[in-house]
Amino acid sequence: MKFILDAEQRLFGDTLHKLLAEAGTPAVIRDWSAGAHDSGRALWRSLADAGVLAIAVPESAGGAGPLPVELVTAFHELGRHAVPGPFAETVAVAALLGHLQDGPGGGPGTGSDAEFGAWSAGIAEGATVASLALPPAMPYALDADAADVVLVVDGDELRAGVPGELRASLDPARRLSSVTGGDVLASGPAVRAAGEAAYDMGALACAAQLVGVGRALLDVSVEYATARRQFGRPIGEFQAVKHHLADALVGLEYARPLVHGAALAYGSPDFARDVSAAKVAASEAAYAAAKIALQVHGAIGYTDEYDPSLWIRKARALHAAWGSPAAHRARVVSALT
Amino acid sequence: MDLDLSSVEPFRAEVRDWLRAHVPATPLPSLEVEEGFAAHRAWEHELHEARLSVVSWPARYGGRDASPLEWLIFEEEYYAAGAPGRVSQNGINLLAPTLFNHGTPEQLDRVLPSMASGEVIWAQAWSEPGAGSDLASLRATATRVDGGWLLNGQKTWSSRAAFADWGFGPFRAGPEAERHRGLTYLMFPLDAKGVTRRPIGRIDGKPAFAELFFDDVFVPDRDVIGTPGEGWRVAMSTTGNERGLTLRSPGRFLAAADRLVDLWKEHADPADTALRDRVADAWIKSRAYRLKGFETISRTEDVGAESSINKIFWSELDVALHETALDLLGPDGELDGEWLEGYVFALAGPIYAGTNEIQRNVIAERVLGLPRAGR
Repeated sequence: MKFILDAEQRLFGDTLHKLLAEAGTPAVIRDWSAGAHDSGRALWRSLADAGVLAIAVPESAGGAGPLPVELVTAFHELGRHAVPGPFAETVAVAALLGHLQDGPGGGPGTGSDAEFGAWSAGIAEGATVASLALPPAMPYALDADAADVVLVVDGDELRAGVPGELRASLDPARRLSSVTGGDVLASGPAVRAAGEAAYDMGALACAAQLVGVGRALLDVSVEYATARRQFGRPIGEFQAVKHHLADALVGLEYARPLVHGAALAYGSPDFARDVSAAKVAASEAAYAAAKIALQVHGAIGYTDEYDPSLWIRKARALHAAWGSPAAHRARVVSALT
Repeated sequence: MDLDLSSVEPFRAEVRDWLRAHVPATPLPSLEVEEGFAAHRAWEHELHEARLSVVSWPARYGGRDASPLEWLIFEEEYYAAGAPGRVSQNGINLLAPTLFNHGTPEQLDRVLPSMASGEVIWAQAWSEPGAGSDLASLRATATRVDGGWLLNGQKTWSSRAAFADWGFGPFRAGPEAERHRGLTYLMFPLDAKGVTRRPIGRIDGKPAFAELFFDDVFVPDRDVIGTPGEGWRVAMSTTGNERGLTLRSPGRFLAAADRLVDLWKEHADPADTALRDRVADAWIKSRAYRLKGFETISRTEDVGAESSINKIFWSELDVALHETALDLLGPDGELDGEWLEGYVFALAGPIYAGTNEIQRNVIAERVLGLPRAGR
């Protein structure tokens, strides 16, 4: 087992980092927040061209995946650059469709097989943006107004989702809708299992994204603490500031191996438990980094116009997305007892 | 590097079987009291007979050349089996790595085999009344004499020195010596002429450490480790080990977290979700430390100052895990027993091996690159 990224995986992450740094995500985030999705969709396409979405779609469904380690590598970068859009939701839909296309109970007999295949292929190439709701754990669909496909899994039924009114999130780049179920697309126990697979994949992607968000916040805070002077010296010389930043690093450094370990556990009976462990640690570490970033930056970090505040807000929003830490802790303990 | 976990399964099975057959059915008395110290020394001997006391060492010194992965697996099995605490830990974890880096072949041949068998138990003698976190301000001296050195001064908080056989630590050699310069790293018998030891009761009263007084204690040249005057560099090559994985291996926390989950099953109040969450966190963090360990040994580059990240993590995990156990035990939590012993031991973790405040400074300056000074 590889507990660190191999050269090819590192190159994949570095390539995405470079692509996103050059794209200048803050402007894209602000467009997306205003409901203007063109720049976000263009970036989505570039990321798909780089392979970010194909790795989530099973080979049997026209993708190159599932490759969970590559997936968390990509989502770390998506988080690091606070890329807007329902990426975790789309890879969760890819997992859901893959499950139904592979397994019994979906596809044939429901009249949706061809549609599922077309969605999977569209996701892999970046043409299809998807979102979903998985009540009761996830009652809202993210960015339904920007999605081509909105689904809802309600117990044993997969339905087309009919999104309600868009609601604003703390993270301006996230808008959430309640979803009511429309046409039944598939039903039976396989749908329930596919919904669980989707939840696990989405939570894993979100955990990786959170670690990336936290890492970016730590980096920008270190930079700020080195440049910002008070009392005639950089504030990063003060131990109170140093210790905050060291704590942020400790949290992130121990969340990262859990995310990687969960990706390695894909396909094993421990996958769901390990995803939950990763999501707990990533949520807590990223949120702690965000609070520290806010404190280290002082008032400027509390402003809407200062770009890092986009990351600060995202950390809190993702903390509760894809299952709260409390829900995931409960899942860990129930797996152990 | 790719870690092949299945390839070490035979080794894991061998260790597990041996431990199942040999771990005492009733726990040994605390290794921090005289009777327990002797019992733990005998246990070290038994481990050594099976060549399990120092698995990662070369065979010629009593080990079996185990890979870092095998060592991690050994530790997992060791603690999962509830095997006795390691009374030799400071020698094995702190002195031996220094000797491997800086010792002469003669020193390796002389010191390591008796350390591996438990015949000689080692105590670290670093801290002084005026030199704790600020180790570089230490004042105990080593004065050059014919054929060796004379030690004078005082060391303190020397773990297990109440009953140990030999000590090791840095001394100030020469009047021009200042701060990090001019220190010499030495080994000395604790029953040497001129050494006075005074056991100190730790917070639970057990004499877990001692202060040492040196009055013209003669140490021959052959017991100097590394170059005289280079003691700081020699000492610092130990701290990476101390703060990294070796001092407190992931296996220790995995086993403790599993026992905590068992305790939760016995004592759980399902309505107490706050306590349940703390059990979950302890388990999750023990897994994180395990995965981080696998990551660390997969890397080829030196971990360096990053070892400070480990030290903060495991020491704070240890306290939180034991606090959770005591809370689960409710009114029984204050009673003498294994969890309380573990709790008392855990409380020292954020202090020894460089306080966690010092570790945070190290992380901030050497890992994150924040500006120095301005304390």
